Amino acid sequence: MNQNLIVKFTLLALAVSLAACGKKEGAESAASSNEIVVKIGTANPLTGTQAHLGKDNENGIRMAIDEANAKGISIGGKKAKFVLISEDDQADPRQATIVAQKMVDANVSGVIGHMNSGTTIPASRIYHDAGIVQISPSATNVTYTAQGFNTAFRVMANDAQQGKALAEFATKNLNAKKIAILDDRTAYGQGQADQFEQVAKANGGEIVAREFTSDKATDFMAVLTTIKGKKPDLLFFGGMDTQSGPMMKQIKSIGLEAKFLTGDGSSTPKFIQLGGDAAEGAYSSLPGVPTEKMPGGKAFADKFTAKYGQIQLYAPYCYDAVNIMIAAMQKAGSAAPEKYLPELGKLEYDGVTSKIRFDEKGDIKAGFVTIYQVKGGKWQPLETLGGEAAK
Amino acid sequence: MSTWGKLKKDRRTAWVTFTLLALLLAALPFLVGASLGNAWVRIIDFALLYIMLALGLNIVVGYAGLLDLGYVAFYAVGAYVYALLASPHFGLHLPFWTLLPLGALVAALFGVLLGAPTLRLRGDYLAIVTLGFGEIIRIFLNNLNAPVNITNGPQGVNLIDPFSVAGHPLSQTMQVAGLEMTGAAAYYYLFLLLTLGIIFVSMRLQDSRIGRAWVAIREDEVAAEAMGINTRNVKLLAFAMGASFGGVSGGLFAGFQGFVSPESFTLMESIMILCMIVLGGMGNIPGVILGAVLLTVLPEALRYVGVLQEALFGRVIVNPADLRMLLFGLALILVMQFRPAGLLPSVQRRREFSAQDGEQSSLYDAQH
Amino acid sequence: MDIFLQQLINGLVLGSIYALVALGYTMVYGILELINFAHGEVAMIGAMVCLAVANTLLAQAGLPGAAVLGIGLLVAIGACVLLGFAIERVAYRPLRRAPRLAPLITAIGVSIVLQNIAMMIWGKQYIPFPALLTATPLHIGGATVTDVQIGIILLSALIMIALVLLVQKTKLGRAMRATAQSPEVAGLMGVDTNHVISLTFMIGSALAAIAGVMVSAYYGIAHYYMGFLLGLKAFSAAVLGGIGNIAGAMLGGLLLGVIESLGAGYIGPLTGGVLGSNYQDVFAFFVLILVLVFRPSGLLGERVVERA
Repeated sequence: MNQNLIVKFTLLALAVSLAACGKKEGAESAASSNEIVVKIGTANPLTGTQAHLGKDNENGIRMAIDEANAKGISIGGKKAKFVLISEDDQADPRQATIVAQKMVDANVSGVIGHMNSGTTIPASRIYHDAGIVQISPSATNVTYTAQGFNTAFRVMANDAQQGKALAEFATKNLNAKKIAILDDRTAYGQGQADQFEQVAKANGGEIVAREFTSDKATDFMAVLTTIKGKKPDLLFFGGMDTQSGPMMKQIKSIGLEAKFLTGDGSSTPKFIQLGGDAAEGAYSSLPGVPTEKMPGGKAFADKFTAKYGQIQLYAPYCYDAVNIMIAAMQKAGSAAPEKYLPELGKLEYDGVTSKIRFDEKGDIKAGFVTIYQVKGGKWQPLETLGGEAAK
Repeated sequence: MSTWGKLKKDRRTAWVTFTLLALLLAALPFLVGASLGNAWVRIIDFALLYIMLALGLNIVVGYAGLLDLGYVAFYAVGAYVYALLASPHFGLHLPFWTLLPLGALVAALFGVLLGAPTLRLRGDYLAIVTLGFGEIIRIFLNNLNAPVNITNGPQGVNLIDPFSVAGHPLSQTMQVAGLEMTGAAAYYYLFLLLTLGIIFVSMRLQDSRIGRAWVAIREDEVAAEAMGINTRNVKLLAFAMGASFGGVSGGLFAGFQGFVSPESFTLMESIMILCMIVLGGMGNIPGVILGAVLLTVLPEALRYVGVLQEALFGRVIVNPADLRMLLFGLALILVMQFRPAGLLPSVQRRREFSAQDGEQSSLYDAQH
Repeated sequence: MDIFLQQLINGLVLGSIYALVALGYTMVYGILELINFAHGEVAMIGAMVCLAVANTLLAQAGLPGAAVLGIGLLVAIGACVLLGFAIERVAYRPLRRAPRLAPLITAIGVSIVLQNIAMMIWGKQYIPFPALLTATPLHIGGATVTDVQIGIILLSALIMIALVLLVQKTKLGRAMRATAQSPEVAGLMGVDTNHVISLTFMIGSALAAIAGVMVSAYYGIAHYYMGFLLGLKAFSAAVLGGIGNIAGAMLGGLLLGVIESLGAGYIGPLTGGVLGSNYQDVFAFFVLILVLVFRPSGLLGERVVERA
């Protein structure tokens, strides 16, 4: 490259960027006057180890949007056409902020996401600065709504709510005295395990072992052996199905005879599929009320299964998140975030997962948590705990 | 170097070129922001961040020939120094101009800490030890929340203070001379300034006594020692210098993101930075810059393969998210097939590479 | 004491798996001095192919589990041998004379490509591996060990012995050793070095296939990402033992497995509860660094002697 080329290249770059600048102005003209286009964004890990859950989220959202379009919803007297903008955040905090900025650039009316707490938290600052409403369907970390951002909401019980319900179930219903705790050292698993430990201790449970693994591990023999040596009545695991599923087999093979309790991340069909026979009898929790008990819940589950196959985990919460966002827009008669944001905070909405109302922080009020157990190779709802008290 | 040499001869063209380049660099965030959107300004910010990181690693791997697979550790150290001392976590809010040098210093200390026990190791053995070091740092950051909460563990540190200049936080949109400047654009100028500084230091180091000592060690450690070079100190200096660049970038990252957690500092990140310098052309500053820019921009640009498919076939045949990393991997392979010394190899390396016949030239192993 | 014994057994099983993958790493390194980062991914492909074959066979007819596993393993070995051959031919061979980091970056590229291809074919999910072997637990002094675990340990040991014999006693082995010492001189002596290198890659890939199948059959899962961590651990094991040395890979693998297992079990009590099993990997890397500081070429890595 000689100096002439550098000059030419620089000039060319300038020209191209300027030309691109000019083009942008024309692209703004939207659809016809009696129809408005409402862009809803979502960001989930679509590649990487949690891609199956990310895709499930996307499907739940897509279904809600397709339905809304089919229904012909009008907002402020105009027919609304909902468009989904889906991006891959790779469960990576850095990617998450780039994707968040993309959503802001695309002028979305609201964002459903992100899936993980680790991505939701850094992204929430960008949405907040841009005044865009964010509803996370699945980030359970307490920090997310504790930052004081008025744009941050979630339709799922947070770790404190869930950890509390789990610990009460363990100490009261299962009557566990000696408790072992294992977590995967992620923001999610550690957060939930800590909350669980706190409440379990307060309820008189003795924590006989606190062990750790990672979210990429497949071999848990060493920690399970240590736990076995402490002879606990109950083992609590904070982490995802990809670890807990295979873990069940190893628990069985070393002959650890303790009840197994875990949170929403393992409350999946995959858990049973990976754990096989060894998964039988395990307990888990899932925020909200069993879908079949909610109005429209069964219909949702049937339709989703027919269209995308088995529900993995958070699809119903995503579906609810979209619907409550649209409901707020309808009520406000506008898809502009600053207009419908106050309505969202006041709304009371019957979703497929629970009756949804937000508290002043954006957390779900009345954080119901349902305990499930594997019976006959299926998760069966056992009982629903919590409510207003679980805060 | 030859380009610059020619430029010196023709001063006028040189001035025109530099003025144009400076103008382009100054106007870049506005041009990009208006044409491609602010997300791309953010991507450019990250590109600058990675240029700094890559230049830091280039000192260790490119100049001194020490294969380091745990470079991200220094980035993490810098980020956590900033995060812990400028966030509600400890209630400390030190200004960034004290924290960036501090981060560089602490990172340099860690560099020496890593360098000292590994002085005898060569090649792949050094690679695995540095890899282990990187993982150890990450695991400590991930677990130092108990018994005493230092790093807040996997939860990360949140609400980190943004950089602020004269009382204005850079993260907020500002009005400057009638122009609206977004947070991403403001950070762009800060990052650009520091990147230029780091490029300058890199250039000066390359031509300095120390720079030549590094090259001597890279080419033949035994001979270098025989020539009177104190290989121990020179190697340690390479580790410390490289680490300090990483520390600065880490601090910038923490202030820019407002949130750090250990999952940002994985082994894959180290590997990516290594890919940048090898792909671009090890030891050559323009090459390293090119590599860093390419590897930051490419994965983002590949997001558009979905749009492209739609334009070509009328529908999305392969999920763009799936295709993205596949194309990225292919790009790595192809560049290495056709330009094994990198896209812009240094003149010296290119000469070595074309001159060698039978003997395989060694990069970091004096034994061969 | 029974807990200690159990941890030791856990470590040996884990270590045997590391060792088997490490053998492939070390063979390739011994000859080419190339860190074949894609080796773990070859193991993953092996597991996936075996899984696919096993599932089709199970759907078809009532073959016994062991037979299904055997057929699956053979197909997987075949597929991986072809894959290894192709990778060497297409990606690494043109770079024989390139700067040394070029093949390393290529290897990373190959690894990303293989992962993503596997993701496209078999999906992003963790896939359960059918229970083809029923493990019968045996009790030794309060510890439990299954026949499958014993099988894994024995198989790794057998393969290592076979490899050592291959390298020491056969004509091919001699050619391999010669190529490792100096490809040029070996070529002059009439060794077809390209052929030898190809064969080394194929043997290494076959070992990777066996390891991959073993891992997924033992843990009951397969996943497109499983190769990365496995490869990394095996690479560490190979370096610990002295990379390029076959017995070293075996020793390194077993040691790493035992260190991890005992580390997870005993860091807590040893440090009075300050550090726990979350520092398991720190412990493993720390031992690795310590060994390398005092023996910079690994435990058995006498660089000059046989390296193939």
